[in-house]
Amino acid sequence: MTDWYMLTLIGEDRAGIVAAVTRALYARAMNLGETSMMRLGGNFTIMMMVSGAPSAAAVADAVRPVAEPLGLRAHVDAIGGGLHRHVVPNVRVRVSGADRAGIVAQVTGALAQAGFNILDLASDVAGTERQPVYIMHIEGYSDVPLEQLQAAVAPLAGEGVDVQVSAIDTLYG
Amino acid sequence: MAVLEILAIPDERLKQESRPVTVFDDELRAFIADLEETRQAGPAAVGIAAPQVDRLQRIVIVDCSTLRKPVPNHGHLILVNPEITEWDGYEMGREGCLSVPDYTGNVIRATRITLRAQDPHGNPLELAMEGFEARAVQHEIDHLDGLLFIDRVVSRRTDLFRRKVYQKGGAPS
Repeated sequence: MTDWYMLTLIGEDRAGIVAAVTRALYARAMNLGETSMMRLGGNFTIMMMVSGAPSAAAVADAVRPVAEPLGLRAHVDAIGGGLHRHVVPNVRVRVSGADRAGIVAQVTGALAQAGFNILDLASDVAGTERQPVYIMHIEGYSDVPLEQLQAAVAPLAGEGVDVQVSAIDTLYG
Repeated sequence: MAVLEILAIPDERLKQESRPVTVFDDELRAFIADLEETRQAGPAAVGIAAPQVDRLQRIVIVDCSTLRKPVPNHGHLILVNPEITEWDGYEMGREGCLSVPDYTGNVIRATRITLRAQDPHGNPLELAMEGFEARAVQHEIDHLDGLLFIDRVVSRRTDLFRRKVYQKGGAPS
């Protein structure tokens, strides 16, 4: 077991949430590792790696006084893993198409079967209420050639989903 | 010949502006040989700049000729007092740096550049380049001005969505 906990907070978005929560953790001598905040459907969501706490309950206790007045729900898990475990993505996948059920499952299913590991995924519904469009951006890692991944998603074009697979060539200098 | 120590963030010396080279002598050329040896000794870096090894002079090395996936290039380049004179277009690409361990990020750079520089004997050079090689030169010249790619990183969720405008697949990004 590591010293890390994953703190997840969800609630209605408003200014100052991150400042209030991180101040509460800092006041209890807890440290942050990697974090990711996103607004999803107008909701505030954040996941934070927290260390320096004696227990998961201690993390929950630390954020409760600020989370409750802000209407945030908090969840804490003891986790494995740690810092400095980044995997550099080498493939980018862009997806767009008229919104309908099953797009994410179809695209990621085809990619998983071809040996592609998703490292980062964000999707959105754009367009209008009458004509919603699903747009998804995935970065990941794959040992198989790009052409093989392209072939794996090619059949989706016939179903009205535009999937582009391209290389991410990272420059080191 | 010697492998030199590479400075890493948060070393303040990486934020200094480098001075132009005025003396083109054997000592300069010996240093450049060491700089090249240092580049080759580390992880696969296509470029290196003198201030990365604590020599605040306007010297960079770029070599995009040995990439697994070939790109247009001018071979092994030693650029003394390089100066970009023309920029054209822009694109996003992922970068990492010998001076920034365990982090990569998306950076917007000019697609095509023209530059003037001198070789290790002080002879003038003029080059036009594009794509990955142009990105590498911009990354290295930034070092001479005390800038790192992390000073230019854009959100990982930022994508220059240029589909159907440029070639399909977004290969250059």
